[in-house]
Amino acid sequence: MVKVGQEVGSTATQRKFVARLSPAEALIALDSAIVGLSSHEAGRRQGEFGLNRVEQGIIHVVGPEQGATLPGMTVVAGDSHTSTHGAFGALAFGVGTSDVEHVLATQCLAMRPMRRMLVQIEGELSAGVGPKDLILHVIGRIGTAGATGHAIEFAGSVIRAMSMEGRMTVCNMAIEAGARVGLVAVDDTTIDYVKGRPYAPVAAQWEAALAYWRSLHSDAGAVFDQTVRIDAAEVRPMVTWGTSPEMVVDIDGRVPAPADEADPVKRASLVQALAYMGLEPGTALRGIAVDKVFIGSCTNARIEDLRSAAQVVKGRQVAANVRQALVVPGSGLVKAQAESEGLDRIFLAAGFEWREPGCSMCLGMNDDRLSPGERCASTSNRNFAGRQGPGGRSHLLSPAMAASAAIAGHFTDPF
Amino acid sequence: MMSFTHLQSLVLPLDRANVDTDAIIPKQFMKSIRRTGFGDNLFDEWRYLDRGEPGQDAAGRPRQPGFVLNQARYAGAQILLTRENFGCGSSREHAVWALRDFGIRALIAPSFADIFHGNCFKNGLLPIQLGAQTVDQLFQRLQERPGYALAVDLPTQTLRTPEGDCLHFDLDPARKHRLLNGLDDIGLTLQRAERIRAYEKLRRAAEPWLFN
Repeated sequence: MVKVGQEVGSTATQRKFVARLSPAEALIALDSAIVGLSSHEAGRRQGEFGLNRVEQGIIHVVGPEQGATLPGMTVVAGDSHTSTHGAFGALAFGVGTSDVEHVLATQCLAMRPMRRMLVQIEGELSAGVGPKDLILHVIGRIGTAGATGHAIEFAGSVIRAMSMEGRMTVCNMAIEAGARVGLVAVDDTTIDYVKGRPYAPVAAQWEAALAYWRSLHSDAGAVFDQTVRIDAAEVRPMVTWGTSPEMVVDIDGRVPAPADEADPVKRASLVQALAYMGLEPGTALRGIAVDKVFIGSCTNARIEDLRSAAQVVKGRQVAANVRQALVVPGSGLVKAQAESEGLDRIFLAAGFEWREPGCSMCLGMNDDRLSPGERCASTSNRNFAGRQGPGGRSHLLSPAMAASAAIAGHFTDPF
Repeated sequence: MMSFTHLQSLVLPLDRANVDTDAIIPKQFMKSIRRTGFGDNLFDEWRYLDRGEPGQDAAGRPRQPGFVLNQARYAGAQILLTRENFGCGSSREHAVWALRDFGIRALIAPSFADIFHGNCFKNGLLPIQLGAQTVDQLFQRLQERPGYALAVDLPTQTLRTPEGDCLHFDLDPARKHRLLNGLDDIGLTLQRAERIRAYEKLRRAAEPWLFN
């Protein structure tokens, strides 16, 4: 597909290439730079959704929802989860402030081509196992630096059968495997999703765009620098136990023992993580009690995520030991859709809070935070020490698993 | 941008793998994009016993005595030695600004996270990648010998140890050139403004739907 590793010289991507700077570096052109809370699109029509607009929300939810993210685009934002947009066969990645400045001033970025990694998932995911479990499984397998320097293409029958929202969840967390870019080849699912969205092309332009978009896939026999093959049957409901997304086990797993780790650097990380998380080696994940539950974030705040959580919650009550359970839709449109389906009433009746769209408890930059020592089942993407509030203990999992933890009061299989 | 050629300095050991940018500079300090003034809050949660807030006077804050930034033997160090995957997580450039503002000019690790690595070069901070075994050895030597200092020479891409070892490190030639000369990336790119404009024209013709 989009031959990320061959930015210079391959036919599919020559259109993105502006000038060679050195044997190793090239200037690539950007189609969209997302700045701040609004979507300021360089080179495209200007769009901005203020806080009072129903279209407002998390940029990685709103961009795709509006059709502002299109296949074949090159998209950057000052946020590492920009990889989400790769689900559309777009080359999308997070950059720092200086790079944002560089794009706004020049429409370009100077880059080295990324190496290519193929993550191929074949078979069928089991019942109760979803995109979040899959990406946590991948991160657990290759590690949080496993794809550093690479762009990951997610492929295989599982990805082909997956919805766009599921693909976005998977690509969102490519960065947690070390890859700035995670992407999926364009297919009918992509095109059906984009069609008719406010910023998508129409009429003759739509036809012209389709012809190009259909070319955005890997060539047969394409060579990758690394290939990871995963049997979907091996993927189980996952929960992180530590302070890095790679510290993850399935729901039947146990907290590992540092004594079993031969590498002294990794052993030290395990010791630090266990102390921070207040966990003993060998503890079964199932049964660890949670204080708070957060369903939301750019990883898992789309309508399918909320439906999956609501299905678990329906007719049940949040456990007495859970102090706060939040559902935070990713955009005003997701919220409206959920309300039209009655999902808000299901959550509210169970004892969840039903919130206005935004990032909420994902990153502790607002008042939705964990207190020191509080343990949270969270559908967000980072379990770093202090991420959801100083001293807070985050466990990453899927919306169905988070909802199940809210009802049971502890980690358990998805109901 | 400040240029970088040589550096002779004490080395600060941060013996942790996967240090994330949330740890390097916690989110409450990200409300500014001034690029300076973040040094007092570098590694805030590990460095102080209280909770840091923007605008505090760091002088009076209780410190975590065990943390390396609070140990006199490393005072003034401009080189940070650390472990795998340093700078992972959030793309916040504040992490680099905090390191620079604190006085760090070079980093040594077996690997760096991609976005952080790119951000370093935008701010005159040199990330040096060495093999995990070499890094391990440096940690050991540093612990054994107080006052352990290294000499970085960017033109020859070498690191000299007190034992007399000369360690070579790899670096992208374009990035090295910019760092050596303190060149501004935007200025360099704009030298190609004609190419950029020509490209934009092509693109408008090829993918008009991007310009509606």
